[in-house]
Amino acid sequence: MAIVNLQNVTYKYPLTHTPVLSNINLEVKEGEFVAVIGPNGAGKSTLCYTLAGFVPHFFKGELEGKVEVAGVDLKSTPLNEWVRNVGLAFQNPFNQISGAKYTVFEEIAFGLENQGVPRDEMNRRVDQALTMTGIRDLADRSPYSLSGGQQQRVALTSILVMQPKILVLDEPTSQMDPIGTREVFGVIRQMAERGMTVIMAEHKVEWIAEFADRVVALKDGKILLQGVPADVLTSHLLAENGFGTSRYTSAAREALKFNLWPKHLHLPTTLQEAVDGFNLTSAPSPKERGE
Amino acid sequence: MIKIEIQDLHYTYPGGVEALRGISLTIKPGEQVAMVGQNGSGKTTLVKHLNGLLQPTSGSVLIGGWDTKKAAVAKLAARVGYVFQNPDEQLFSSTVGMEVAFGPHNLGYGDEKVSALVKDALALTELSDKTATNPYDLSATWRKMVALASIISMDTEIVIFDEPTTGQDALSVARIANIIAELRKRGKTVITITHDIDFCAENFERVIALSQGQVLLDGTANEVLGQENILAQTYVDPPQLTRLGKRLRLKETVRNQEEFLAALKKK
Repeated sequence: MAIVNLQNVTYKYPLTHTPVLSNINLEVKEGEFVAVIGPNGAGKSTLCYTLAGFVPHFFKGELEGKVEVAGVDLKSTPLNEWVRNVGLAFQNPFNQISGAKYTVFEEIAFGLENQGVPRDEMNRRVDQALTMTGIRDLADRSPYSLSGGQQQRVALTSILVMQPKILVLDEPTSQMDPIGTREVFGVIRQMAERGMTVIMAEHKVEWIAEFADRVVALKDGKILLQGVPADVLTSHLLAENGFGTSRYTSAAREALKFNLWPKHLHLPTTLQEAVDGFNLTSAPSPKERGE
Repeated sequence: MIKIEIQDLHYTYPGGVEALRGISLTIKPGEQVAMVGQNGSGKTTLVKHLNGLLQPTSGSVLIGGWDTKKAAVAKLAARVGYVFQNPDEQLFSSTVGMEVAFGPHNLGYGDEKVSALVKDALALTELSDKTATNPYDLSATWRKMVALASIISMDTEIVIFDEPTTGQDALSVARIANIIAELRKRGKTVITITHDIDFCAENFERVIALSQGQVLLDGTANEVLGQENILAQTYVDPPQLTRLGKRLRLKETVRNQEEFLAALKKK
């Protein structure tokens, strides 16, 4: 049973004529981790806003089709009820941070305060969330004194602490250092394992390949293709439509021309797949293996 | 020809966070340098010293012999251009053309020179058809290009990009790589902060890794990006193909597809 259900969704921003989303059909199961990829302008952020209810309740405009999350219909549900189920982390953490709080700890607690969560429980949950995303050491800093990547962790934490059923993330690691990115993907994967449904707009295909269950490729507001990462991320359609591919995939595609990648194998999307495949065509000698 | 000399630079933010803890560096005219490192390692704080936006707590920064403590920010602006991480912190004009003309006008250049510089910067960033557009009617990708153009038009000897590829798609990243290559041809010094380590490997000769306000590694891209264990201290992974090359036990450290395939063929 799908917890997110989009049927024939088409959307135009106010005063515009071209739909940003065109006839989108998407079903997501509870606990699934779906990555949405696509060139800039493909509609990734708008899809995130739609799932989070900002389209149409905040941005207005014309929304056709059906958007249903956790059995609730978007058009007939006010935003303040909708957000009980769905949490959104914006692409730019500046847009997320309230500006009303002096410390990271208070910032993370802000949403819980608004819900009237008792103090003890609030402290416990904030503490847990800070630990999970690895920013306990930032608890007493001002959110505005942090670097871009640190602010992104704060923004993500302030959503996770609310324990939404559906977590919607718009390029949540765009300003993060590489290992920090991998850690955050790990945390998000964990949340999915615990049953949280995750939908993430993202360019970093290397990490999508490793962590996501499914990839939806958007182009000009339409779904170009979707499926498991290994299929979608190696499709020639992506390369032809201006999508980024992982270096492993493009190196293997080029290596094929010189018989340096085994013809019978799928192109690789992760380091391990690349190592396994290239080892078949250029197996190290026993001496090289240290034997 | 303007050299950058940084001597034992320390910087502590008001409030007590010690962001830089003794940085010494020389960057030669025309060098292309990538700066990598963990969030909060001091990258942005460091480059904000190069155009006088921040003043050393101790130590010194010399830009072509000018001490940034003494030189006016307005004068430094003629030597050092800085493109902010977030274009929205930088843009304010009502058309792309005005935005890109603001910098060179401000440097006191005549109308003819300004219009030549603007034309060139717009062509380089592929914005020539958007001169009359309001920057805020453009997508984030193109706003980033406007931010780049508005600094390129100032024709400074030193250009700093703070995370230029953040949130950009493959085409836009390729466009930015082309811009950097063109600036190199023109003999400009380019300093780029980036977390996109593959982009770093493919476009820069020298890489400086910062960690906790100090220089952790400084050398050629191949030297620095091969040091997996040391880079991990500052939360940086080597580039994808560098990691793959190591796992396949290729003899040399490779950093891009060309080097990777060449080494693979030799094996």
